[in-house]
Amino acid sequence: MIDKTWIGHELGASELPIEASRLRFFAKAIGEDDPVYTDRAAAQAAGYPDLPAPPTFLFAVELDSGAVDRMLELLQLPLSKLLHGEQSFTYHQPVCVGDTVTVRSCIEDIYDKKNGALEFVVKSSRATNQAGELVAELRSVLVCRH
Amino acid sequence: MKPMSYDDVQVGDQLPVLDLPAVDRARLALFGGASGDHNPIHIDLDFARRAGMPDVFAQGMLGMAWVGRLVTRWVPQSRLRRFDMRFQGITHLGHVVRCSGRVLEKIEVGGERCVRLAVQSANQFGEVKIAGEALVALP
Repeated sequence: MIDKTWIGHELGASELPIEASRLRFFAKAIGEDDPVYTDRAAAQAAGYPDLPAPPTFLFAVELDSGAVDRMLELLQLPLSKLLHGEQSFTYHQPVCVGDTVTVRSCIEDIYDKKNGALEFVVKSSRATNQAGELVAELRSVLVCRH
Repeated sequence: MKPMSYDDVQVGDQLPVLDLPAVDRARLALFGGASGDHNPIHIDLDFARRAGMPDVFAQGMLGMAWVGRLVTRWVPQSRLRRFDMRFQGITHLGHVVRCSGRVLEKIEVGGERCVRLAVQSANQFGEVKIAGEALVALP
C-alpha cells in the first residue's frame, strides 16, 4: 500500500524553457500538420508571439526535470504497474517559444479501490511563466495495478 | 470547418473527425522522446513482457494529444479553456484511432460564452480508449 502520509507533499519546482526545436519534434510525434505549431510566421499570423506549445505539451515539464520519477520513487510506485487514469488541463494564458515555464506540484490525494487491488495517486500542479503569471493548472490521476 | 461564432454552433453539432494512422513502434518511440515520457513499457518489448503485457502499448498522453488536435482543428487553441480526459482502455499496436467530438452544451463561464464538447478517441473496433470534455470560448 502507498503510504498515505505523502498526501500534501510538495514536489520541487521544475523549470522548462520552451524551445522551437522541441515543439517541432513534439508536433512531428503527434502528426500535427497545422503550420501554427511548426512555422513561426503562421503562428504570428494567428496572433501568437511565436510557436505555441500544444494543449498537452506542459505534461513534459515534470518528466524532463525528473520530478515525476522522484515522486514514483518516493511513493515506491514501480513503472511496470503504473497506468495514467485521468488528465486535466485548465488554461489561463498561451505558452509560446521564448517562455520559461515552472511547474509546482502537490500530491493531492492517495486512495485505493477493490480492496487495494488498484491504488490511485492524484497530483495537482500549477504552471507559471517567467513573469510569475499562472499559465495553466494540471491534474493527473495515476493508477497502480497490483 | 471552424465555427464562425457562438451563435453558429448548436448543441449536438459534430466536430469533423480526425483519423490517425495505425499505431506502430516508431510512433511510440518518437512520442516517448518528444513528450519526455521515457517509461520503457511503451518502447521496450522486453520490459513490457516482464510487466505482464503482451507487447508495448501507446502512451495515454499520445492519445490525448491526438484529441487535442481534433479540438484545435475546430477552434484556435487560444480559445481552449479546459481539457479533461479519462483513459479508459489501452491503445495497442495496430489500433487505428479516430478522434471525434460533439457539442454538449452552450454555457457562460466566467463571463465568456463557451461550448462544452464531449470528445473521445476510439479504435477501429469501436472501443472507446479515451473520453472526456473540452471547454472552448467562442466569440
